[in-house]
Amino acid sequence: MARLNVNPTRMELKKLKARLSTAVRGHKLLKDKSDEMVRRFTVVLREAKRLREEVEAELSEVLKQFYIARSVTPSFEAETAFALPTASVEAECTTQSVMGVEVPRITLAREKRTGGLPYAFSEITGEADYSVQKAAELLPKMVELAQTEKTVRMLAEEIERNKRRVNALEYVMIPQLEETIKYIKDKLDENERAAIVRLMKVKSKA
Amino acid sequence: MTGKTAIVGSGDGITVFKAAGVATFPVEDEKRAREILRKIAKEYQVIFLTEELARPLAEFLKRFDEEPYPVVLSIPSGEGESGYGMEALKNAMERALGVDILFHND
Repeated sequence: MARLNVNPTRMELKKLKARLSTAVRGHKLLKDKSDEMVRRFTVVLREAKRLREEVEAELSEVLKQFYIARSVTPSFEAETAFALPTASVEAECTTQSVMGVEVPRITLAREKRTGGLPYAFSEITGEADYSVQKAAELLPKMVELAQTEKTVRMLAEEIERNKRRVNALEYVMIPQLEETIKYIKDKLDENERAAIVRLMKVKSKA
Repeated sequence: MTGKTAIVGSGDGITVFKAAGVATFPVEDEKRAREILRKIAKEYQVIFLTEELARPLAEFLKRFDEEPYPVVLSIPSGEGESGYGMEALKNAMERALGVDILFHND
């Protein structure tokens, strides 16, 4: 490991020692942060996986019903039939800090339901009713999944970044500082010994 | 802040969400989807995107991960799920942890 390019003086030694102690402390803090982030990450990840499995299963059910409805109804105009929303989800969007990472936090306010369906019963088969109802029920879960997956992605990013910082400190910064400190110490000791020897020589001549 | 939800996808499968109060943006290809996403990113906080569009746009979607909002979620489309969502989760896990703790299938 290359040592830093500094003059071997007591001033530099003092400065480097201060830097080393800061680096060691920072390294420890970052490592603790990393550990905790990983712990949180695993919790969120499990949650995301569970939610995604549920949403994917239910969503394919919804779409299946929809396609059935489309295929059994002659002249089915999906665009016009579903044009009028019967329910709406009010999502309250805020952010939340997870280990210093700002992640989205979406709380669903009461969903408004006008009841009924956006089309006349005579127009379309029952499968469509079912798919619309199911879709409205599924929506809160989808929003939750969206929030959870986003958190997963953002945390993953932050963990990676943090890991890089920890490694930079552990494998570059700290060894470099240690080596430089050792070099300066050796040099100072050497100077001291040289001074003593010189004194002895001068004395023996006198 | 009250958020709005939107869905971007191909095919008419997404129209069913219109009845559930989600703004729908039918698109045919990824190029169009990219334009739409760019346009609605500021306005909608939660955007659902069907998988077959999310896959080619993965690089483009990364920019949305810098900020908390908008939240973009890939969902399976009418053709059934292609496993893309799980793949994305797995990628995030491997990047963050370096080990597989959930999907012990490889």
